[in-house]
Amino acid sequence: MSDTTSTTAMVAPVTGSGALVLQLKNVHTFYGAIEALKGISVDVREGEIVTLIGANGAGKSTTLKTISGLLAPKVGEITFMGEKISGMKVHDVAAKRVVQVPEGRRIFPRMTVEENLGMGAFLRTKDPEGVKSTLELVYELFPRLRERRAQKGGTLSGGEQQMLAMGRGMMADPKLLMLDEPSMGLAPVVVETIFETIETLNKAGITILLVEQNAAMALAIADRGYVLETGSVVLQGPGKELLHDEKVRKTYLGEA
Amino acid sequence: MADTKAAAVMPTPTRKKLPPKTIVAYSILAAVLVLVPVLVQSATGWEFIVRIFVIVGIWVLLALGLNIVVGYAGLLDLGYIAFYAMGGYAGVIIGQAVSHWTGGATYFLMLIPAALAGALTGVALGFPVLRLRGDYLAIVTLGFGEIVRICLNNNLFGLSNGASGLPYGNQVMALPFGAQWLQDNIRFQTPLGFFQFGPNMYWYVIVVMLVLGAIFVIRRLDDSRLGRAWVAMRENEVAAEACGINIRTQKLWAFSLGALSGGIAGVTFAYVQQFISPESFTFMESVFVVCIIVIGGMGSIKGVIAGALLIKGVPDLIQGLAVAGVLKMPAEMQSLMSNYRFLVFGLLMVVMMAVRPQGIIPSSRRARELLPEDGRILAEEDMQEWDVENRANTEPDDV
Ligand SMILES: Nc1ncnc2c1ncn2[C@@H]1O[C@H](COP(=O)(O)OP(=O)(O)O)[C@@H](O)[C@H]1O
Ligand SMILES: [Mg+2]
Repeated sequence: MSDTTSTTAMVAPVTGSGALVLQLKNVHTFYGAIEALKGISVDVREGEIVTLIGANGAGKSTTLKTISGLLAPKVGEITFMGEKISGMKVHDVAAKRVVQVPEGRRIFPRMTVEENLGMGAFLRTKDPEGVKSTLELVYELFPRLRERRAQKGGTLSGGEQQMLAMGRGMMADPKLLMLDEPSMGLAPVVVETIFETIETLNKAGITILLVEQNAAMALAIADRGYVLETGSVVLQGPGKELLHDEKVRKTYLGEA
Repeated sequence: MADTKAAAVMPTPTRKKLPPKTIVAYSILAAVLVLVPVLVQSATGWEFIVRIFVIVGIWVLLALGLNIVVGYAGLLDLGYIAFYAMGGYAGVIIGQAVSHWTGGATYFLMLIPAALAGALTGVALGFPVLRLRGDYLAIVTLGFGEIVRICLNNNLFGLSNGASGLPYGNQVMALPFGAQWLQDNIRFQTPLGFFQFGPNMYWYVIVVMLVLGAIFVIRRLDDSRLGRAWVAMRENEVAAEACGINIRTQKLWAFSLGALSGGIAGVTFAYVQQFISPESFTFMESVFVVCIIVIGGMGSIKGVIAGALLIKGVPDLIQGLAVAGVLKMPAEMQSLMSNYRFLVFGLLMVVMMAVRPQGIIPSSRRARELLPEDGRILAEEDMQEWDVENRANTEPDDV
């Protein structure tokens, strides 16, 4: 699977119809001397679900961290709604309602579920009514969270914590929601729920950038997908096409 | 004290008017607090007891300030006494320059430059160092505390009069308004004995008001956006950033609000003593403030007060009783005791950490942080991002 040198049949890139929301142009990101992203270009259009798939260590999380401002690209540019956001601080990017749900369910373990959700709305000070209605929306999407709203985040099960992390992301009223491996380490039934929710969110108008190792599930719901290998995009195209691409099937869907 | 500063950063949507019940409760509390030393003094006839109350009060103020930095924002500051020194020296140097015009108002006016001196020093130090991780921050602040003391000791810029302290030998510091009049005119019989208003009583009332003011501000901070941002930051910095919290700004606020409180304590201390010198600002003093917080209960206002009573009040009381000749003790015994005091505190710290790490009167949230009911919480916390990813991949969770 680390056969990166083999020629990769490029599926013809398809441009969606919506307006360009996020654009990465030739982004190179380094950890010290290690070049984790070697010139990545990604487009996300309004209303899309775009997925980044790839093996462990391919650079998926690095891509999200570079977008959210945790890392700064050394070369290249990132624009959001036509505005350059590369080089901005994390909280400034968050203020543009580009919201990242970090991998590994980073919730606030000793805050209650409701307090956790409240933190997601930290920047929405001028809109208490809107915050209330988003909270209601989150509870409708995840009835489990409503049941447990007074329970401490750290005592939730893995699946519930992931729901909480996603719910907290939604509380920021995102224009672009970036999810980093939401299905990681979860039982298959829960994974189903999570993916269904992602589709629901998308239908509600939120543009989604989804990072996954679970390529089959991710490509099934994605409008378009990018395949990352050791810091480069090796393949891109509509989700369904990638799902049927021979190389993807071999490498990421575990077919012989 | 810090009201105006704190209010500026609190665009809380939930801000309410102060309910009358709270005002009544605070007034009763203030009355009781003032009555206690009156009764103690009249019953025993010892004015020095009131002075001990004053000093403990100043240390409560100091510890409440550091508590914002350590207890709320989770930043270990081992040079906190530097802000106390900055407040004290700023108040005395400027105060001596203007006291000719300001007279009895000098102390009260000097609260402003002292608070500013503390807060600005806090910002100046915090800005470059707050990106450091916990242990490095502790070392840098420790160094800063020593630098300030050494500068004062060496009469840097010719302002501090070196080790001999301020004011200069030929000067005195202005007494605050009314202190003399109260001393001359207030004396009365209480059920427990005769009471004569002394200079310490005056300061006691002021210190009580400062402490109540500080408590009021801190409790408001607890419910504010700033307070919630601090909790989030302590719990998980990555998640806090993802929520749009500017970590550095929040830390800087904690640092400078704490320093501001230290500055106010410093100028009060200087005017109570009518004298200030570098030997009041040693590293041990910083350690004492940290001890008060740790032993009392990090993040807890009641705990900090209990800690100050124990760490500052008890030794001062023993010493005071010995000096007053109530406790019959030879001089070498006294010096022995003050030396052994460090040993006792050391032991106390070790025992506390083993038996009750959350402190005497812990804050409920802090206690949870130290003793999580669920092992999962701690496990999650200790994981680095890499761990989370890789361990989670090999050990699928339950639902
Ligand atoms: N903090 C870091 N320091 C150095 N190297 C890192 C760090 N984080 C990730 N890397 C490296 O960058 C590459 C991409 O990592 P990452 O983006 O986390 O991959 P993915 O999310 O696709 O599994 C990997 O080779 C990883 O070892
Ligand atoms: Mg990753």
